[in-house]
Amino acid sequence: PRSSPSPGETSVLAGLYGPAEVKSSKELADRAVLEVLLRPKVGLPGVLERSREQLLRRTCETVLLGVLHPRSAITLVLQVLSDNGSLLSCCLNAASMALLDAGLPLSSLFCGVTCALDPQGAIVLDPTAPQEQEARAVLTFAIDSVERKVVTVTTRGGCSMEEMQQCLAAAQRAADTIFQFYRDSVRKKYSK
Amino acid sequence: MAAPGFEPGRQSELLVKLNRLIERCLRNSKCIDTESLCIVAGEKVWQIRLDLHLLNHDGNITDAAGMAGIAALCHFRRPEVSVQGDEVTVYTPEERDPVPLSIHHMPVCVSFAFFQQGTYLLVDPSEREESVMDGVLVIAMNKHQEICTIQSSGGIMLVKDQVLRCSKITAVKVAEITELIQKALENDQKVRKEGGKFGFAESIPNQKITAFKMESAAVDTNNVEEQAEEIITKADPPSEVFAKPILHTPGTAQIGEGIENSWGDLEESEKEEAVEEEGESETPSLKCQKMEAEDTSTLTETEKDEPIVLSDSEEEEVVILEPQELPKKTRTQTNSKQESTSKKAFNKRRRKKRAAY
Repeated sequence: PRSSPSPGETSVLAGLYGPAEVKSSKELADRAVLEVLLRPKVGLPGVLERSREQLLRRTCETVLLGVLHPRSAITLVLQVLSDNGSLLSCCLNAASMALLDAGLPLSSLFCGVTCALDPQGAIVLDPTAPQEQEARAVLTFAIDSVERKVVTVTTRGGCSMEEMQQCLAAAQRAADTIFQFYRDSVRKKYSK
Repeated sequence: MAAPGFEPGRQSELLVKLNRLIERCLRNSKCIDTESLCIVAGEKVWQIRLDLHLLNHDGNITDAAGMAGIAALCHFRRPEVSVQGDEVTVYTPEERDPVPLSIHHMPVCVSFAFFQQGTYLLVDPSEREESVMDGVLVIAMNKHQEICTIQSSGGIMLVKDQVLRCSKITAVKVAEITELIQKALENDQKVRKEGGKFGFAESIPNQKITAFKMESAAVDTNNVEEQAEEIITKADPPSEVFAKPILHTPGTAQIGEGIENSWGDLEESEKEEAVEEEGESETPSLKCQKMEAEDTSTLTETEKDEPIVLSDSEEEEVVILEPQELPKKTRTQTNSKQESTSKKAFNKRRRKKRAAY
């Protein structure tokens, strides 16, 4: 038996452009149009990427104060660099940091946390790809920064209501750590 | 994502040019031994696909793409295959170590920007320099000083000496770049063997102002169960779920009814007309029972969760659409008229349900 190399991490690079000029066919008279593009690591974007793009778009539009930039376009491009599980929550975090870094007006920040329920019922936060495969259910939450409320939930697999509430509570705890990371990054960027 | 001007989807001219150049540089120069990709002659062969993702455009994306391409091809490992007669076995990475591609040589692109009809020459132009240049010369060379590809665009007329000078500069640059790539590949090999972390995230230098890393942090989830319990007990019980699907024909299903049709009264079957004439003041339950009494076909008692299958036989009563001047009805009555084959109205869901055939 050969040893398999330890897998890398999940990383996503986010680039945000805007508010910028928008084609008149796409423009909205009262608010900014947000376009999200998710590019997979290998191959052309397919249906899964499209559905994730819509999920990210709706999440971002919840926090973005689009009414302050009518008739303009904001483009968010996410490039998957490596995938070792918890990809969607990684994309959510990248999107949030991109919005923050670009200085767009936001009502709050959000962060993404993935919970996996293994067959024994234990909760695993931010699972790796093998853990996700074996899990009976995988739940991804987008938690907002003001009151730790849920902005978006998406699940794969079945779980009971109690388990879902437990995962949510665990995700809210994890959100604290992530928001602290945001704060530290921004502080570091502007302190030098 | 590289620049605000690059729109997704559309294959811009620049992209096509770049694509062709990289293809010529990597494919036509035969840097990979394509014969070794053959598994069974005439039947099975490996196909190699190279995806280049441009992250940031600050000039000279050609060189960057070329370097990335050849580095990726050198780094790539394909699954090992064994052929015994007619049988082909593909081993997973866990069973046998994947094998690298056989690379003959490493072509590296170097670009030169020309200004003022070839008077000035810049190697590796930045974005600003590119936007004002007259023309560009791209030379792809390997470390054995063989030119793999050479392309001049922009309409500049180059003298022979200039081209030779450029190729000498290219030879020097290519030696440096090839060594850089080799070192990076060895480094990665070493890290993988030792079991350390590798990948794009690791390659970002730690001390840069724009990079911030955090080690994986433990999250205290001790009181999670109690918190969850609290939430559940305080929450309202879930509303009654109306989850009884109706199957109109094999392959389609309907759950619920949708909103009341606001186009006015439409469908009236003969049976329902008869019922309707008896008076509008009838309560819905009475009507339901009356219709049941009129049904001559056998009725089956359906379980709460069993789907009601409506037959698509032709003996079913046909609903005739007739525009009629009728006074406005209440919601439940309208619904019961519309559904000739199913007696479900929202108010009725708590009562016993029967399907009419």
